[in-house]
Amino acid sequence: MSFLLAIVLMAILALILGAVLGFAAIKFKVDEDPLVDKIDAILPQTQCGQCGFPGCKPYATAIANEEADINCCPPGGEDGIRKLAELLGKEFKPLNAENGVEKPRAVALIDEAVCIGCTLCIQACPVDAIVGAAKHLHTVIAAECTGCELCVAPCPVDCIDIVPVGTTVNNWRWRYPVIPIKVKS
Amino acid sequence: MTQTNPVMKVVTFHGGVHPPEHKTESNRTPIRSAALPPFLILPLQQSIGNPAKPLVVVGERVLKGQQLASADGMVSAAIHAPTSGEIIAIGEHQVPHPSGLADLCITLKTDGKDEWIAKTPFDWRSAGPKAVRDYLRDMGVVGLGGAVFPSHLKLNTQAIDTLVINGAECEPYITCDDRMMRERASEIIAGILMVQQLLNAKQIKIGIEDNKPEAAEALRLAITANQSHAVAAIEVVLVPTLYPSGGAKQLIKLLCDIEVPGGVRSTDLGVQCFNVATIHSIYCALAHGEPVIRRVVTITGNVERPGNVEALIGTPLKHLLKEAGDKGSSGYIYGGPMMGFELPSLEVGLSKAGNCVIAKSPVDFPEKPREMPCIRCSKCAEACPAELQPMDLFWFAKSKNFGKAQERNLFDCIECGACAYVCPSNIRLVDYYRFAKSEIWAAEKTKHAADLARERFEFREFRAEREKQEKAERLAAKAAQKLAQAEVSDDPEDAIRAAKIKAAMARTASASESPASDVGVVATDADQATQLAAEKKAKIAAAMARAAAKKVEAEAAAPVVHSEESVVAPAQNIPVSSLDKSDRTKEILDKRREERARIAAMSPEERSEWEAAKQAEITEAKAAAALRKAESVAPLEESASSLDEEKAAKIRAAMAKRDAEKARLAAMSPEEKAALAAERQARIDAAMAAKAAKAAKDE
Repeated sequence: MSFLLAIVLMAILALILGAVLGFAAIKFKVDEDPLVDKIDAILPQTQCGQCGFPGCKPYATAIANEEADINCCPPGGEDGIRKLAELLGKEFKPLNAENGVEKPRAVALIDEAVCIGCTLCIQACPVDAIVGAAKHLHTVIAAECTGCELCVAPCPVDCIDIVPVGTTVNNWRWRYPVIPIKVKS
Repeated sequence: MTQTNPVMKVVTFHGGVHPPEHKTESNRTPIRSAALPPFLILPLQQSIGNPAKPLVVVGERVLKGQQLASADGMVSAAIHAPTSGEIIAIGEHQVPHPSGLADLCITLKTDGKDEWIAKTPFDWRSAGPKAVRDYLRDMGVVGLGGAVFPSHLKLNTQAIDTLVINGAECEPYITCDDRMMRERASEIIAGILMVQQLLNAKQIKIGIEDNKPEAAEALRLAITANQSHAVAAIEVVLVPTLYPSGGAKQLIKLLCDIEVPGGVRSTDLGVQCFNVATIHSIYCALAHGEPVIRRVVTITGNVERPGNVEALIGTPLKHLLKEAGDKGSSGYIYGGPMMGFELPSLEVGLSKAGNCVIAKSPVDFPEKPREMPCIRCSKCAEACPAELQPMDLFWFAKSKNFGKAQERNLFDCIECGACAYVCPSNIRLVDYYRFAKSEIWAAEKTKHAADLARERFEFREFRAEREKQEKAERLAAKAAQKLAQAEVSDDPEDAIRAAKIKAAMARTASASESPASDVGVVATDADQATQLAAEKKAKIAAAMARAAAKKVEAEAAAPVVHSEESVVAPAQNIPVSSLDKSDRTKEILDKRREERARIAAMSPEERSEWEAAKQAEITEAKAAAALRKAESVAPLEESASSLDEEKAAKIRAAMAKRDAEKARLAAMSPEEKAALAAERQARIDAAMAAKAAKAAKDE
């Protein structure tokens, strides 16, 4: 008899725990893969598509699903690959040359004398950093431009240049202190 | 009346050092006026925050005190012409910055007349606090102690208990505040009373290091001489000579025994701090309507006549050092020896931050000995006035472990250099902190930019999705409405008309080609242009023909629904493909159906009449079109000859590229897409033609 009681008790306990677990699975469901967000936070958000995906988020999703390698992001550069390798516990590998080369940060610049106002670049810009209207001059909001170069190809009159930002007084950084070595003559 | 406290038993701040003062070289002679230089170089960035926006153009003559650049936003301050003259350049020029890089500067050629703009004293007593703050911003008043924080922001507070006036001037070599307090004490006291009134401060403490007894005495005399009863609240306090007593937090600790924690502003604790030179410039602005166009700067070190000079902002430092008799120095420091930086060159203009220029001699500034490893002697921790652990910060900064450095409150470091001064291993500790700080700032900036880009990208995706949805809804609604009022269609007539239009299009296309080939024999330039025009025309014609074909197709498809003559076809029955069709096609279909209904209602006689009228209309339109074409070809020819070779080549290359792109599109997608691309091409071509015509007209 006691043998039966034990089985019944265990069964009830299992039912209750099962119900609790089932409820928790619904109630505390994680909507989005947290790994995707972590990867996305490392990616530079240039939205250039050089990785072969239509934006940084899709690439992050692909990495999380093991569909893409971690070395396909030229704007992120080696630094970005290192961070991704560290996050995912993978080996560091050099940037895949097929995706492009690492370049210094740049912004697009529209040659206003040549622009015909066709709006093609506005449609191409992934971050809405170009303002203008049909048959009116377009211009780039430099602060919001990611330098993805997606606006260059659609321009029918080739009036968009990608200009490296370079070092200015505002973004200049103190160098790592080094001890100069002198050769005694 | 005035409380004075000559022997202070102050609670001193933690740490501090006492390097050789070197003040007597420059503080024995009164302030001189610097001679007017031939040029002034005014950097646009002369305060924390945004650089000022230029208001003048090259070639403009400006008067002394005229605003040259206005404040851009809240954290910014205006810049004024220090003397009368002509603006000869607005552009990149080297600025006094440790990087040695160029930044935007206004270059003013002085005319020697020193002609003032009409000065109007500001009625600050009756103006509201906001008006006073805006006025000070437009007068370009910033902290002259070296940090150049816009002063109007520091006055934006009402709950002040103690106003601290910083006359400590703790850094070696610098004596500009000392001389100013001695010579302009009454103006400083008047300025202090103004600020006190603006801030409603209950008490005022002027902190002066005890190595400047003359300055303290001069201020005390000025207080006694002042008629206002408000001076009773002013107290001159001598503080021990201990670097960095002139740091705002350190001076507040010395005078009020209040410790300002990291991340907390002193105003939250009821204390506000102003430098004496800043007080003087506030006085000049409010009492005389004089903007900040000059400052007192100490020129000392390896020069024949060390001392303090009152120089116009923008005066080239070379000019100042030549006047002081530079003895050929190994380098120049902008600011003090503890916190200043090595100037990349003397071609820069004096900025509002420039309180001192030290010419270095090998005797006073011997080459720094070799850096040795840190032995963790903790002397730096004893010297640190911010009570940090400099050896740990050094360790983390050196290993680029910035997160850990930040955890150890790297950003509470005031970069005073006391740690590096006491280090027995001669480690340039501050250089490491500056490096770590700028790396952290850069990373923060990059992260901010990435977040912004992500947000904008996601919003764009969302918008595209929303637009798609809205369009689908709109089309569904329209289709439902149309089906509800669908009427009999007149198929055969329509087909005939479409064919007619098509034929007409073909005719015009060939007509436009023939004149083009006629003219095409002239000059090479004109030849190219006409060829271009002909190409364009042909393309437009082709696009139109394609569009017509599409229309016919659409007509052919439409009757399937119409032939049923059913007025009750419900919305659900609409084929999915019709939903996807473009808005425009729908519109055209709509119009046509209306017309068709009208024709159907006509009697046979009426109909033949209508047809004749229509034929006449078409011929008329054709004639007009031919005329227009001829007209448009002519200006194109003219423009072609004046069009520069490069631009024409560019346009041709672009068109070729575009054609290739179009071909690709056509190859991979159905007719619909090709027609769309052709339409777009036609539009672009038209825009280009219009632009060329406009250019020709302009010339």
